[in-house]
Amino acid sequence: MKHVFSVRIGPVGFRVGSDWREPIRQLAALYAGYPQPEDGVPDFTVRLFAQRPWRRVIRPAVMIGGDFMIPDAAPLPLAQGLLAAEMAMNLQMALGQRRYLLLHASAVERDGRVLLMTGESGSGKSTLAALLSQRGWRLMGDEFALIDPITGLAHAFPRLVSLKNAAIAVAEAAMPQARFGPLLKGTPKGAIRHLVPDAAAVAAMDTPGKPALLLFPRFGFTPDIRDVAPGEVFMRLTQASTNYVAMGERGFDALTRLVLGIPAQAIDYPDTGHALAQVEALWNAL
Amino acid sequence: MAAVYCAAQAEALRIVPLDTLTAIYHRASGITHLVGPPVPEILAALGPDGLTLGALIARLGETYDLLDADEAALGARLDELVAAGLVRTA
Repeated sequence: MKHVFSVRIGPVGFRVGSDWREPIRQLAALYAGYPQPEDGVPDFTVRLFAQRPWRRVIRPAVMIGGDFMIPDAAPLPLAQGLLAAEMAMNLQMALGQRRYLLLHASAVERDGRVLLMTGESGSGKSTLAALLSQRGWRLMGDEFALIDPITGLAHAFPRLVSLKNAAIAVAEAAMPQARFGPLLKGTPKGAIRHLVPDAAAVAAMDTPGKPALLLFPRFGFTPDIRDVAPGEVFMRLTQASTNYVAMGERGFDALTRLVLGIPAQAIDYPDTGHALAQVEALWNAL
Repeated sequence: MAAVYCAAQAEALRIVPLDTLTAIYHRASGITHLVGPPVPEILAALGPDGLTLGALIARLGETYDLLDADEAALGARLDELVAAGLVRTA
């Protein structure tokens, strides 16, 4: 392809090719501190391409392609090319990752132990992970936690943190010194702005951690904390994993080990201040 | 002659009790079953040698307080387990 960018995020190497310069320029700027894929060989290839040659210039619309694709995926306007690239990279992981059990969860680490937070879009898992990274936690990722089926350890995947809608202002206020991508308005998920993980998160991204606590946050409710039994945790995590079925028995073993190995709680919170206090209290009680 | 129901071979399944629920991985199909009582108890009672429906009720009654043992209902559960591959008929 005409414009190319390569990067390694945690243990996963990507190569992104694009018909347009701008998405690649943005990726290169935002991932400036990241290494190249191991031995220069990417695990996944992503393509951002025009549906028809003239659509490169006339009402340019970005189609997403790569090693793994979803048929009939709707194109995004070129102004959202960065989002298209991030979505495409996530798609490769969701559909193609076989080395790790993938959990749709954010992850932060302290003292070698990992806090996993999983929930639907809008639960606040990305926002909480970003805010915790300002409070002595290492950001491991806001989208996928990678569980090694052999060791049970969680590996970092600190891609750009995807902040949506109200979370954008919250993060901007809490992290005035942080680097952000462009504000993308009118995306399928509303307004999106990417946050660049801090240098410490990138420097330590090859260091895995031992899962210690699993939380199911829920934003917009009166404060509440309740234990979640292992059977329910198992069921919810099979739903929160994009490759559980594909992983077969390795996935089963990794998931049952994780579920039986760490406590799990559901936390409801009305604002991030409450959530951060709940997280610290639960963590300190471990 | 009454059918004999046997638990699937031990190596065909991975059985991990979680709490009141038990996760069972069926190796042949790659399907995970999340089951509650009395399925784990039935599998344990049947064992590899198997039991007839009547003998299974008697065996379960030795360990559990079966107030309303319903042969037809238990037979239906067994047929579901056969369909899932967790139990086979000898």
